[in-house]
Amino acid sequence: MTSVAAPRTVAGAVSGGWRRRLGHVPTHVVVILLMFIWLIPTIGLFINSFRPSQAVQSSGWWTAIFQPSQATMQNYAYVLAQSGIWSGFINSLFITIPATIIPIFVAAFAAYAFAWMSFPGRNLLFVAIVGLLVVPLQTTFIPILQLYASIRFDLGPIRIDNGLNGQFLAVWLAHTGYGLPFAVYLLRNYMGGLPREVFESASIDGASPVTAFFRLAIPMSVPALAALAIFQFLFVWNDLLVALIYIGFSNTQNAPLTIAVANLVGNFGNGWWYLAAAAFISMALPLAVFFALQRYFVRGIVGGSVKG
Amino acid sequence: MDPRLITAVVVVVGVPAVLVGYIMATEQVLRIFPERLKPRIRPWLWLAPALAFLFVYLVYPTIGTAVRSLQDQLGTKWVGLNNYAWFFSDSGTLSALKNNVIWVVLLTVLTVGFGLLIAVLVDRVRYESVAKSVIFMPLAISGTAASVIWLFMFAYQPHGAAQTGTLNAVLTPVGVGPVPFMTVSNFSLNTILLVIVMTWMWTGFGMVIISAALKSINPELLEASRVDGANEWQVFRNIIFPLLTPTLAVVATTVIITALKAFDIVYVMTNGNFDTQVIANAMYQELFLNDDFGRGSAIAIVLMIAIIPVMAVNIRRFQAQEAIR
Repeated sequence: MTSVAAPRTVAGAVSGGWRRRLGHVPTHVVVILLMFIWLIPTIGLFINSFRPSQAVQSSGWWTAIFQPSQATMQNYAYVLAQSGIWSGFINSLFITIPATIIPIFVAAFAAYAFAWMSFPGRNLLFVAIVGLLVVPLQTTFIPILQLYASIRFDLGPIRIDNGLNGQFLAVWLAHTGYGLPFAVYLLRNYMGGLPREVFESASIDGASPVTAFFRLAIPMSVPALAALAIFQFLFVWNDLLVALIYIGFSNTQNAPLTIAVANLVGNFGNGWWYLAAAAFISMALPLAVFFALQRYFVRGIVGGSVKG
Repeated sequence: MDPRLITAVVVVVGVPAVLVGYIMATEQVLRIFPERLKPRIRPWLWLAPALAFLFVYLVYPTIGTAVRSLQDQLGTKWVGLNNYAWFFSDSGTLSALKNNVIWVVLLTVLTVGFGLLIAVLVDRVRYESVAKSVIFMPLAISGTAASVIWLFMFAYQPHGAAQTGTLNAVLTPVGVGPVPFMTVSNFSLNTILLVIVMTWMWTGFGMVIISAALKSINPELLEASRVDGANEWQVFRNIIFPLLTPTLAVVATTVIITALKAFDIVYVMTNGNFDTQVIANAMYQELFLNDDFGRGSAIAIVLMIAIIPVMAVNIRRFQAQEAIR
């Protein structure tokens, strides 16, 4: 990389650095303008979330820049105390954590089998699973709703006596099923790229596939597992549709943050000003995850769509 | 203590333990088989949990929905293709179909176009990673939160009152507004506004993938053509763009599928009113407002059939990749 860049800087110095830099001005203007456009909506929301209710209704968020002393936490205090946002936050955690963990385990087993075991029909089955990647979730709702409605069981701590709809278990399992095609695809591609010799020598040394999986494949696949975990976490945390279908109507008590915020929008005639605070609370965790683990997130996206 | 907390702990600790225990147990199970058969049975034991989930949550319900789409509202009578005939004659669903076409065309053009533009431009500035984070950030938040953000952008106050929405505050002084965004029905403007929200979210997706492909182009290739006298536009047009075409196709197929399945933003911002209905929201309303599972199933199947050609492209791309491996 450096060997390529070096001659270029030399050439640049010879031909006059300032002219070259001046030629970049339009690029800077466009990039900064685009960054500005992309940031403005979020900044507006952020500022509005700290403004008193009358101010939000009577003037734009930009006027607050000139009167920062008006800033108040009352919107946050209000939504957390009154509007189901706090319970929505807890519910979102309840929903998201198991719905992230379960598919990763299930997918890792399958990915390992696809990558390092040979069996007839392996490629065909894998292509079939990749094909399922684009089955719209909509085509699955009705039969699963009906299946859930008929389920009854009693396992001590987990007891279902009126069907699964409205229960966290309903979305945990559904998100596992829905997330698997992508998870298997991503992990299988990563595991398949691990060095063959490592697994061959482990096998010669008498290590069973189980040992090779837990001692070699899993530790070596940490980047892919991390990317997948972030992906699934964000997908489930941000999901509205699946939650609406399996929880939304039968049990509002278990509704996640997305549903709680969407419901606030529905009656925004009287909740308009604290909507900004509610939306920001729903964004806090994804943004924290995003900024802390952006590299893995990007790798997940790029790995999932460009290369094998 | 919240009984749900106990459930959650049981699930978070218990489920991985059960799954790990299961995989450990497979070797014990395999002991009863002769050595020769083990490698043939083992993969299926490893695949079993995934295949079970995929069957129960994707394969079986898709077949069930296809069957259900041929039945009436209550599932008591076979009605042939009546539900499909309804879909292609009802003014509501036809306008949803029209709006989805707008979504597909506009969202694909905008996200691929902006994604390409930004990827190429930020490649030339030193604050590239900051710029990318800014563009990429909206992809991490929910469609619900993005909708709320843009409700504040589109907010409208009557003429004369102080505008509270960002866009109207910009437009009103120059004499264009105030525009009652989201409630005007000319030229499908409302749908276009919703697509803009989605573009704000998804441009980062295109940018990140295109940027990764851009970085994999050999810089010597570009340098060589510059030395040969090509200007920056010619380098882009004749070298960078052709090399990026497969990547642009990747982004486009993913965005097309996203546009076909668009739901959150429509549900939150307009709920399909003001000529913004889309297929996914029409299906949702058929299920929970009209309780018509027959028609709801037909809508879902139409959606799937629209996605199948895109899926075919995806699978062919995947197989081409496999051939290279």
